[in-house]
Amino acid sequence: MAATAPPTRTGAVPAGRAGRHPWLSVLWTAARTPRGTAGLVMAALVVLVALVGPAFAPHSPNALLTLTFAKPSAQFPLGGDELGRDVLSRVLVGGRLLLLMAVAATAIGIVLGAAAGISAAYLRGAPDGIIMRSVDVILSFPQLVFALLLLSLLGPKSWLIVVAVGVSHAPAVARVIRSATLDVAERDYVKVAELQGMRPAKVMAREILPNLISPLMVEAGLRLTYSIVIMAGLAFLGFGQPPPTANWGTMINENRVGLPLNPWAVIAPAILIALLTIGTNTFTDAVARVAIGVDRRPEEAALVDELGPEQA
Amino acid sequence: MATATAPADQAVSGRNEHPLLVLTARRLAIGVLTLFLVSVIVFLATEVLPGNAAFAVLGRSANPARLHALEHQLHLDQGVLAQYWSWLSGLFTGRLGTSLANGEPVWGLVEPRLVNSAVLVFAAGVIGAVIGVALGAIAALRKDSLFDHVCSVVALTVTSLPEFVVAITLIIVFSTVVSHLLPAVSLLPPGTYAWSQPELLILPVATLVIVIVPYIFRMMRAAMIEALESDYVEMARLKGVPEWQIVLVHALPNAIAPTIQVIGLNFLYLAGGVVVVEYVFNFPGIGQGLVFAVDNRDIPVIQLIVVVLAAFYVCVNIVSDVIALLASPRRRIPR
Repeated sequence: MAATAPPTRTGAVPAGRAGRHPWLSVLWTAARTPRGTAGLVMAALVVLVALVGPAFAPHSPNALLTLTFAKPSAQFPLGGDELGRDVLSRVLVGGRLLLLMAVAATAIGIVLGAAAGISAAYLRGAPDGIIMRSVDVILSFPQLVFALLLLSLLGPKSWLIVVAVGVSHAPAVARVIRSATLDVAERDYVKVAELQGMRPAKVMAREILPNLISPLMVEAGLRLTYSIVIMAGLAFLGFGQPPPTANWGTMINENRVGLPLNPWAVIAPAILIALLTIGTNTFTDAVARVAIGVDRRPEEAALVDELGPEQA
Repeated sequence: MATATAPADQAVSGRNEHPLLVLTARRLAIGVLTLFLVSVIVFLATEVLPGNAAFAVLGRSANPARLHALEHQLHLDQGVLAQYWSWLSGLFTGRLGTSLANGEPVWGLVEPRLVNSAVLVFAAGVIGAVIGVALGAIAALRKDSLFDHVCSVVALTVTSLPEFVVAITLIIVFSTVVSHLLPAVSLLPPGTYAWSQPELLILPVATLVIVIVPYIFRMMRAAMIEALESDYVEMARLKGVPEWQIVLVHALPNAIAPTIQVIGLNFLYLAGGVVVVEYVFNFPGIGQGLVFAVDNRDIPVIQLIVVVLAAFYVCVNIVSDVIALLASPRRRIPR
């Protein structure tokens, strides 16, 4: 990764402080674009299933009720799983924890990443060097491998999964936010606040942070998608909750040997995970288009800025 | 944004070599430093942090005698610096001790897996890059056409999918429910090389290609659009340069420069992606090896695989940065 050349332009900053909640209008505008509506509907549908689903599960998700990999029937609309448990009930129950953990990991990643990125760009000098070198080091691990390394210490505890995935998001967020901050830090209102003797911490919190809402929203959407992907992936690899807890990622792995007998035990959780990640990612894309313009995401825009043909 | 020259390589080599060498050397130095820090982190994380690695491995079956024997095997009875040194020198001499799971030498276990994963990553990376660049360039040339819109929407959709969902979909379509054209899992025993049965590579490579093409496509499309709207392409058009020449000589090289970084990033992504994909297809590479090792808390194997993956990351980053420097002529000139 280019560790040099601060981007000349980020364009990732909203017009100013017009309106009390400019980000709400960004979200609203994004939700009304075709892409945004499609993404929002898909994601909302799965979130609804994940959050309200457990109340509607027709059977106990862990009871052995039917034959192993039983075909769908009136009583068991999605058939049975590897142990003869009701697939529908397990699908309805198996998303809530996954979703909540993904949201928590995203929050950790955004808070850590934003704090690191803003501090690095605003304080410059030694803090910048130390923060960005640490970012380089953590970015030297594939995210999933970083999470596996941490999990190998203490075993797959849910809180550790959340922390591991959250921390693994922070460096990428820090990079994007750093380049956006470099732009904002040069604005007049920041200079005015400094001249009035405002302390650096206050300048960062009061003057800079509010102007980074757009890139932060886009980052949050992206990281949420990645969180879901990584957490479902960890569960698929066997690093989720211990059995018999139902989890969409775990279900896909448990039941794939039964694909020829009852594919629904794999297809149903796979479709829900796919809809969720496509939904969040598509909506994020719509937000990025509204907030930042063009067809690009901040990471791509930053790359073009750093290396693009237009650079003099 | 000033100097609008064509990217054609009429550069004077004497003027250009110097800054390029300096930049490359600096990049290398940063890379070596990063690698060193990575090795420290891996070492600390696996051996020192959790109280005692020997205890973590033995778990409830720990008794003083076994604990002591394992501590000796892992060099835990030495000081931290001595431990780190013997491990780090082992990385270079290949003397990394034995696996805690089955007592075999670590390097002998990891080496065939490494080769298999390298084949997988290389094949997927090259095929994905070619497809991504081609689709991106065509979409940019036909901006806002049906082809462009369909590609963009499909790319956005596929980018969001976890690898294992793509893999499972391929298994459903090609090897179980819909048809039985290809093997769903490889039955290669660990320690054998992948090319002995190339048909086992098809689905894993296809999965990885599907996952990386959208990123390369998106970047190539964006960069190509930017290049086509640039001053130097405008200039070339005004001079009456034929359109094919504008595309191939003026726009394409400048669009590929930033795309190379994304292709590099995708090789990195592949290094992580192999973990899940190898596990799905039971492919005997380092990703599957890592999952098994983490499952068994086989610390020497975890350390080696994680360090190898991180070293790959750092090296690919350096290579893609240097290639990007080489590919965009203007950056070679000192500022």
